[in-house]
Amino acid sequence: MLKMTHLSKAYRTEVVETYALRDFSIHVRPGEFVAVTGPSGSGKTTFLTIAGLLEEFTGGEYQLDGADVRGLNDNQRSRLRNEKIGFIFQAFNLIPDLNVFDNVDVPLRYRGFNGAERRRRIQKSLERVGLSARSKHYPAELSGGQQQRVAIARALAGEPRLLLADEPTGNLDTQMARGVMELLEELHRDGATIVMVTHDPELAIRAQREVHIVDGQVVDLVAQPRLVRSGSQAQI
Amino acid sequence: MFAYYFSLAVRSLKRNVVLTVLMIVAIGVGIGASMTTLTVFRAMGSDPIPGKSAELFAVQIDNWGPDSSGSTNGKQDRLQNQLSYRDAMNLMQAHPAKAQSAMYASSLALTPANPDLQAFRVHVRAPYTDFFAMFEVPFLYGAPWSSADDAAHAEVVVLTRALNDKLFSGANSVGKSITLDGHDYRVVGVMNDWEPIPKFYDLNDEKFSKGADIYVPFTRAVERHMAIEGNLNCKDNSESGWEGRLRSECVWVQFWAELPTAAAAADYRRFLQNYAAQQQASGRFHWPPRTSIKNVREWLAYEDVVSDEFRILVLVSFSFLFVCLLNAMGLMLAKTMGRARDIGVRRALGADRSAIFAQCLIESGVIGLAGAVVGLLLTGLGLLGLRTMLSRDIANLTHLDVIDVVIVIVLAVSTTLLAGLYPTWRATHIQPAWQLKAQ
Repeated sequence: MLKMTHLSKAYRTEVVETYALRDFSIHVRPGEFVAVTGPSGSGKTTFLTIAGLLEEFTGGEYQLDGADVRGLNDNQRSRLRNEKIGFIFQAFNLIPDLNVFDNVDVPLRYRGFNGAERRRRIQKSLERVGLSARSKHYPAELSGGQQQRVAIARALAGEPRLLLADEPTGNLDTQMARGVMELLEELHRDGATIVMVTHDPELAIRAQREVHIVDGQVVDLVAQPRLVRSGSQAQI
Repeated sequence: MFAYYFSLAVRSLKRNVVLTVLMIVAIGVGIGASMTTLTVFRAMGSDPIPGKSAELFAVQIDNWGPDSSGSTNGKQDRLQNQLSYRDAMNLMQAHPAKAQSAMYASSLALTPANPDLQAFRVHVRAPYTDFFAMFEVPFLYGAPWSSADDAAHAEVVVLTRALNDKLFSGANSVGKSITLDGHDYRVVGVMNDWEPIPKFYDLNDEKFSKGADIYVPFTRAVERHMAIEGNLNCKDNSESGWEGRLRSECVWVQFWAELPTAAAAADYRRFLQNYAAQQQASGRFHWPPRTSIKNVREWLAYEDVVSDEFRILVLVSFSFLFVCLLNAMGLMLAKTMGRARDIGVRRALGADRSAIFAQCLIESGVIGLAGAVVGLLLTGLGLLGLRTMLSRDIANLTHLDVIDVVIVIVLAVSTTLLAGLYPTWRATHIQPAWQLKAQ
């Protein structure tokens, strides 16, 4: 599903070159739930933005769903992102002047679906996260946990091959975080491929496996079969 | 997607009302200021007789000499903008053009047949019959007088529709009589509405005022010694009395000729030069022939219908629009940067640059449309204000027509789109990764 081989990402100025990722390799197979951990500044978010085609990499290879993404232009990357990737952000990133329905509608609009198809997918996604009754609410009228559920519904609406979650519970209290995490696990049990960046070891341990990044490099790949509640196979 | 982007634009504008109002007001004020002057400018410089302005020529003959210190309207060619009676009559008799008319303005006391109405003064224009066909004057009733009437100095008149309404309650008055300065005149025709602006055929007084109320044959007016109401310029002390004025070199007669083809115009130029040469040969002119014919557009430019001061005013007002647009651009940029996160989210969710470009540009267009509405209101107010400040004849031009409204909308939307291009370009180059990392 997601395969990075010896990938590097360097930020260059006139005087200095800083590597955010260096000789970075990872392989996430379909149906996997992978936690990416590491200290602040280790390159977790850079990995996620490159994985989500939001940023280009400097060297190495990256294959998404079997396709080499190197050299794709902006339009091709946008289309691929729209069709294959669902994002879940720490800060939810709902658009404040759109209601729940319209927020979930955003990626579908860019996909070019007709009105009936968009409505069907939005209703299905909102039902999936248990927020059908809130479709006319605006983000400001929802709790943090509900907002993150809307964001998950938005990520699911396009039926992506890969869900990328960046500290999905980072802005939530314990109870809401638990609810969101359970939802992600439920999605995983239903077959979703999830890559979750987190600095919380308790969350990481709930993934199938954990990838630890330090100074832009994968330092350890640890099998984490212990808390996986589904019957899906852990791939190491 | 247009409807989607339009609805997004409206929502986005509602999100920050103060910024939105500031942008719209900035554009509206700029549009209002520029359109106020442009509306008057357009009316001043508009073609008063479209379709025929290239075929109608004002005639000039230098009967004072190149060293004359008399009034030449400040022109470099030092040609008078009117003819002497003598030259006008010679040209009328030679009759070289398809149509031609000498004319002048006068005023008379009109005594209505209706005893309920008191006598009042009317503006009179005294042309030849060709005036009506040459200038495409429409008729409601009857027709112009004939060439025979010109020759016979007939006591006939053509009324304007407004005067006919006043005197005869709009009824067909052809054949009826009216009394001008104690003399009876028979109505032969009633004009329909006809008010070319500017009043190109006689720009001596108010260039944008209404024309005459009543038309009398030139020959009859001269015979009746109808006073000259327009400009009368003399080189030196002229002979006294009406007959003396007719013999003098004083200029007071406007002269127009219809020359439908370039060949006809060239022939007429040659004719005029020959005429002036004959006058030189006869000892009347002591200088080489100097003549000119100018079509309507050339004539309006020659007579400075739109003054340099007004041109500068238009330039200044458009400079002000430019400043307003720069302000609007700054505000739009601030607004765009203020929602960089939203744009980053949209990019993350699959919007490509063209989608962001379209969304932002349509938002600019919506601001432009709102600016057009404010601009229209301010233009209306500006024109009302100008009415109180400008002379009466120019005040007549201070109205908005459909074309002005279209210009306002097109100008507001296009300039706002232009001003919105840079903020839009910046929006398309927002790096979603940076926005999302910055949280």
